[in-house]
Formats: sequence, C-alpha cells, structure tokens
Amino acid sequence: MTDWQTQKHERQIRLDAGGKFAIGKMVAANETTALLESVIRPGDRVCLEGDNQKQADHLAAALVAADKSKVHDLHIVQSGIALPEHLDLFAKGIATKLDFSYSGPQSEAIARALGSGKIQLGAIHTYLELFSRYFMDLTPHVALIAAISADREGNLYTGPNTEDTPTIVEATAFKNGIVIAQVNEVVDRVPRVDIPGDRIDFVIKAPKPFFVEPLFTRDPAQVTETQILMAMLALKGIYAEYRMQRLNHGIGYGTAAIELILPTFGETLGIKGKVATHWALNPHPTLIPAIESGWVRQIHSFGSEVGMDDYMRARPDVYFTGRDGSLRSNRTFCQVAGLYACDMFIGATLQMDLAGNSSTVTADRIPGFGGAPNMGADAHGRRHPSDAWLKAGRQASNGPPSMTRGRKLVVQLLETFGDKMEPSFVEKLGAVEFAEKMKLELVPIMIYGDDVTHVVTEEGIANLLLCRTSAEREQAIRGVAGFTEVGRARDRKQVEVLRQRGIIRRPEDLGINPLDADRHFLAARSIKDLVNWSGGLYHPPAKFRNW
Amino acid sequence: METLDIHRDAAKRAAGEKLDAITGVVASGNLEVMLERVLEGTKCEVHIKTSIAGFDEVWHAVIEDFIERWSPGGLRISVNDGGARPDTVSLRLAQGVSLMEAAE
Repeated sequence: MTDWQTQKHERQIRLDAGGKFAIGKMVAANETTALLESVIRPGDRVCLEGDNQKQADHLAAALVAADKSKVHDLHIVQSGIALPEHLDLFAKGIATKLDFSYSGPQSEAIARALGSGKIQLGAIHTYLELFSRYFMDLTPHVALIAAISADREGNLYTGPNTEDTPTIVEATAFKNGIVIAQVNEVVDRVPRVDIPGDRIDFVIKAPKPFFVEPLFTRDPAQVTETQILMAMLALKGIYAEYRMQRLNHGIGYGTAAIELILPTFGETLGIKGKVATHWALNPHPTLIPAIESGWVRQIHSFGSEVGMDDYMRARPDVYFTGRDGSLRSNRTFCQVAGLYACDMFIGATLQMDLAGNSSTVTADRIPGFGGAPNMGADAHGRRHPSDAWLKAGRQASNGPPSMTRGRKLVVQLLETFGDKMEPSFVEKLGAVEFAEKMKLELVPIMIYGDDVTHVVTEEGIANLLLCRTSAEREQAIRGVAGFTEVGRARDRKQVEVLRQRGIIRRPEDLGINPLDADRHFLAARSIKDLVNWSGGLYHPPAKFRNW
Repeated sequence: METLDIHRDAAKRAAGEKLDAITGVVASGNLEVMLERVLEGTKCEVHIKTSIAGFDEVWHAVIEDFIERWSPGGLRISVNDGGARPDTVSLRLAQGVSLMEAAE
C-alpha cells in the first residue's frame, strides 16, 4: 500500500523535535539555533526571508551558527541575498545550492563566491519566476520569515513591509513545510492579521528589530542637469505623446528626476490627471510633490520605504492600507500588476548593446534581476486594451490593422557615460563575458532588446517601435549614444534619415533647450524640501538628514 | 594633469558683445569654462586641462561637435576639467556661449 501521507508524518516528527524548545509556539531567542538544528534536515530547501528590504536577520545569524554535522547541503531558495550571513551559509558549507532573484548589496561578494565554486547556482530569477517555482519544484521545506509582531497563536503583523511573506508562507505552510517567524515583539493582539496564525509553527522574539534598508530614497540634491534634461525629454516625448495612465518607475535618479518635475515642467504640458495616475511603485519619497499636487490617484507597492509610514497612513486615498491604517504591500501582487496592468515601464540600466539588450551584470558584479524584467517585458498574455498600449502596438505593426495587438512601453534611460567614464553603450555586454566565464546556459539579460520600445539619453529619444530592420535599430541606438565609441561610429546620413522619420528625436525637435534643463525645475531640491511637501509626515532616515 | 589644445575655424563669429564669461565649477565630475572674445574673425581655440588621461579622442569629438553646433568664432575657451563626463562638458560649453551672447 502506498503511503500518501509521508510529508505529513515527516512534518510531525520535525514539529515534535522543535517542540522541545517551545512553550506553545514561542521559542526563546537563545534557543533559535537549537530549534533550527532540530527541524531542518540536510538537503532541505530553505527560504530564509531576505526580501528586497526586510531581512530575517536573527534567523540568518542563528542558521549560520548551526552545527554543520547536523545541518548541511541546504538548498537556499530566497529572493534577496542581502546580508553577509546569507553568503556565510555557503562559506561554512551549511548551504550548497542557491536559487535567487536579487543580491544588491552582496553583488560583488556573490560574484566572488560563484567564482570560487562555493555556490552551485541554480538560476537567477525574476521575483515572479522564483515565487512561481515555490509552487512547483522549489517549494521550501522550511521557511524562516520576519514580522513586526505576533500574538500567542502565531498571528503575524507584518505591517508596511509585508513584501514576500504571504507568498513564502503560502507555499511552505500548505505543502507540509515548517514556518518559523522572528518578530520584533509579542503582543496580546496584533494590529491586523497579515498572516493567520495556523500557518505559523514557531515564533521567536528577536533580540533586535529586523533590519530594513531604505532602498528607494533618492536625494533630490544629487539630481544632475543631465538627468533633468532626460526627464524633460521623456515627459514631453513619451508621457505626453502616449498618455499612459498606468505605469511603473525604476528606482534610479533618472526616474526620480521625472517624479520631481511632474509638478513643474509636467504641469506646463497640460497632462496632469490624464497621464501617470495609477502606479505600481515602491513608496518613493520623490513622488511626494506630485502626489501633493494632485497628479497621482493610486499606488500599489511591492514593499515599504523607511520614513514613509506616517505619510502613507495619512493618504489612504492614494496608498493601499489595512484596517489598522498602515500600508499593506505585497511583492507578488505588485509584480503581477507591473507585468499585466501597466502600460509603461521606465527605468535606468547600466549597459546596452546594439540590439537594445541591457544588463546590470558585469564580470565582478551580479546584482541579479529583482523585478525589472517583469515590468520591462511585454506581457503576451495581456488581452485588455488601452489607448497607450494600442498606439505603441500600431507603431510596431506591419500586419493588418484589424489584428494589431498592443505593446507595453518599455523605456530605458541611459546617460551615455556612467561612473568612471564607463560607456553605457557597448558592442558586447559584460553579461555575455560573465556567462562565458561562469559557463551559464543563459546570459543574464535584464531587458531584452525586442521588448525595449524607447531609449532615452541626453542626446535624444530613439523610438525602436518605428524601426523596421535590425540595421535601423542599430543606427537608432547609435544615434542617441553620444560620444561613446558606439555613438561615434554612427552612420551620420542614416541617423539623419531616422531623425526625419521621427525615430530619433533631439531636444530641439521637441522644443526643449538643453540650457533650460536646470535644477529650478525640481519641485523639491533637497530631502528637507520633501519633508516640507509632506507637511512634516515624511521622516527621512538619519543618513539622509543634513539639518 | 593632461593638456590638450584644439584650434579650428568656426562657421561664423560668436554672437553678442560680452568680452568674457565664466561658468561651471572646478569639482569632481564637473568643470570650469572660461571664454574670452580675443581672437580674430572666426578663429576658435579651446585649451583643455584635465585630471583624467586617455580620453583625447572623446575630447576631440565633443569639441568638434560643439564648434559645429555653436559656431564660437572669435572665442578663446579654457577648460579646467575635474573629470566631467562628455554630456556635462557639452552643456557647460553651450552655457558659456549663451553667456557671451549678452550685450557688454
């Protein structure tokens, strides 16, 4: 007779072993490592919650401290490799395999670890891919998560930084896995139930509140004139032309500049209320002036941002909030919104080749993908029309008008030269060399060229939708690549023809004088200005305060 | 410190009467540009001092493009570069020529 309940039995054995350290569901912080050693088996798939922002740092440190003879060869399946402890697991041999999405702060360390053979890399995913695989072949045996508070039954309050938690718990708890939560405090009654207690097996009050990093705060004081010029080009040449209402912005200074000139330059274009009203976006402080000026109707967020909580609590017409009043974020749902419900993604990238492929991976730095590829990709499953989507589709189509499908606008912002005079336009992406060196089957491309619709540089806008051949695309890209080698090698005559066809548009073609692009257009010129716009509700973290 | 001198004939004399102007700042990633209306006819000279070596070709491309677009005939232009990127250089040069367009 087949036993159909092996996972249930196995789960019970683990629960019993872990139960020795628990009173009810509560485990003391100094018993965390012993608990983990008792419930984790060698070879387990473990999701150690490392989100974009929120980190289960106490559980990470406790797992690193585990006895390697008891806990080893783990397969780590987590979206963010953000803490040094995440890599220590591999250095110590506690973990050997890795599937992840994003490694921002550890991007150089992870490149070194891969080079030294300490990590067997499964794949670098987008968030949605990794989350999807949690329900297919990468279901965690054990999930180690973080929340703000818990009650005695294990009901969790994740607060503004809910992020990945519901998805991780869903996949683990409903497939006979074990879920352990670290919380900042244990309370009689949680402010709202973000995760129901019957999905949580053990709760530990961590010695310190979990670590959250402000990732989306861009100081207006750092915005350059070149970024302001590019923001003006994008607003007039793309936003005002396509009039997309639903969009996602990347997190760089380029998009921060756009946010900051919506209430000034944007106002002069007469598009307020018609454009950029619904957002899939983290709570960017630089959007505060546009919100306060009445541009923004609604924002759904992947996560929260340090210092924005009181502001969002006071603006529930704009943000998604719980019955307790605080923000409710959800990375999975917001990524899905970015993929299927947005008419435009606009963001910066580091490198672009002549076909428009872009990547942020270089030989010694692997930041991973995060969510940008989900935003920056045309969703072939989309079946609802919008004016912006149809207009983009018509520009790209050679086929019969009756069968024209729409296109998502995927706009890449690139200053032609990056830090240390590194050219942003290249013949061969660093990612290709990296893939060759690491013998990867798939080159880590952030956004594929055939999804890109517009490239914006300080030299102008290239509309790739209107290009009909790969030779035209190449010259359109060269034609905005400035003084980089790629730009200097342009066919000047052909570029001029592309300009006449409206494929390349210079600032002067859009009636923009580059000399006008200065900081007086920024609705806020400092973090302090953002605080003032928020009526004192935005509380920037200390590192952004200079007063 | 690297120096570079470029002498060209512009298409026409720079507009305006102003005798000299200065714009920008000497700072990392930025540059200072000084313009003087001291040359005959349509002659133009650009003197560049830069803290970063090895970008002669890019400088030549930026300056040629600037002279073509702005026709700064009669101007001697001195650039004190702190490692600015070409887009910033182009912007400062254009700002300088616009300042010179003023009456004396």
